[in-house]
Amino acid sequence: MITHNPGRKPALTPAAFLIRGLVAGLLAGLIGFAVAFAFGEPHIDDAIGLEEAAAAHLTHEEMQAEEAEADKPGMVEISRDNQKSWGLLTGMAVVGTALGGLAALASASVIGRLGRVSARGSTLLVGGIGFVSVALVPFLKYPATPPAVGSPDTIGHRTSDYFALLLVSVLAAIAAVVVARRLSGRFDGVNAALMAAGGYVVVVVVAGLLLPSVDELGTFPADTLWYFRRASLLTLASIWATIAVALTLLVGKLYDDATADAERRALAASL
Amino acid sequence: MSQSSAAPLAPAVELPAIPLLQIGTWVVFYGLLAMLAIFFVSADQGAISLPAGNAVHEWVHDARHLLGYPCH
Ligand SMILES: [Zn+2]
Repeated sequence: MITHNPGRKPALTPAAFLIRGLVAGLLAGLIGFAVAFAFGEPHIDDAIGLEEAAAAHLTHEEMQAEEAEADKPGMVEISRDNQKSWGLLTGMAVVGTALGGLAALASASVIGRLGRVSARGSTLLVGGIGFVSVALVPFLKYPATPPAVGSPDTIGHRTSDYFALLLVSVLAAIAAVVVARRLSGRFDGVNAALMAAGGYVVVVVVAGLLLPSVDELGTFPADTLWYFRRASLLTLASIWATIAVALTLLVGKLYDDATADAERRALAASL
Repeated sequence: MSQSSAAPLAPAVELPAIPLLQIGTWVVFYGLLAMLAIFFVSADQGAISLPAGNAVHEWVHDARHLLGYPCH
């Protein structure tokens, strides 16, 4: 019984995976913060500069409306210095840690169920699927936008459309893994994986065509937009790459220890 | 799930798998917690406001933009 061994350290339990996922995720959040701060913040500053230049041309009534909004209870002003340092760090650490834990539970679910793929290989695969389904696919339909882009009137449906596509993408990715596993009985493992991946692409492309597009750029400069989006994608990629690599190392070690432990006890039992 | 027989027979090929029912409990409870945490960074005080005002939104503002969530 590998899952119940009181007194023994390397037990293969969901909790052992989760704690490793939280550690890998926190590390990913810190690295995501460093990448976002170095490559993303300069373009956020540019975008806010444009926003403020536009605000200089507001009419008297528009300015009064903004001031009335800012005077409502619960409204605070946070300095740019705090937003781009501690605020950015908070957001990256929270999301990185949350995603790391989810990736670890996904890894715990697939290890031992993907034919001859090892614990390390399975965990790396979960990281790759996580990046594509959670970050890349939603980004391709609804790319990140810098401040000054986007109308406050449409934030409701832009948010629900984004999360609808995210949900479809994640569910389709989970379904693709289940389908690949079924097909691997009839086909070669690689072919089964390619067929399931093709199915995933069809589902998210159809979802992307059905969901409404966003067209709110106005006259925002194309180069600043591209630099911002490139930095955003780099940030997401660095978070998922860190989760994948760190979790693979930690889970690999966990399996090595558990296997050595099981072999030792099997040997002891045979004597 | 016959994990007990995996180790002595074919340790290099057959990996022990954790029973899905055992993972399911963790997925439900941790999943809710993780989604709540992601909600505060990604959407709170934008489309939906849990505590009224803008303090959460303003504090995580840059992360929300750079992680690709719709902000404003
Ligand atoms: Zn914003």
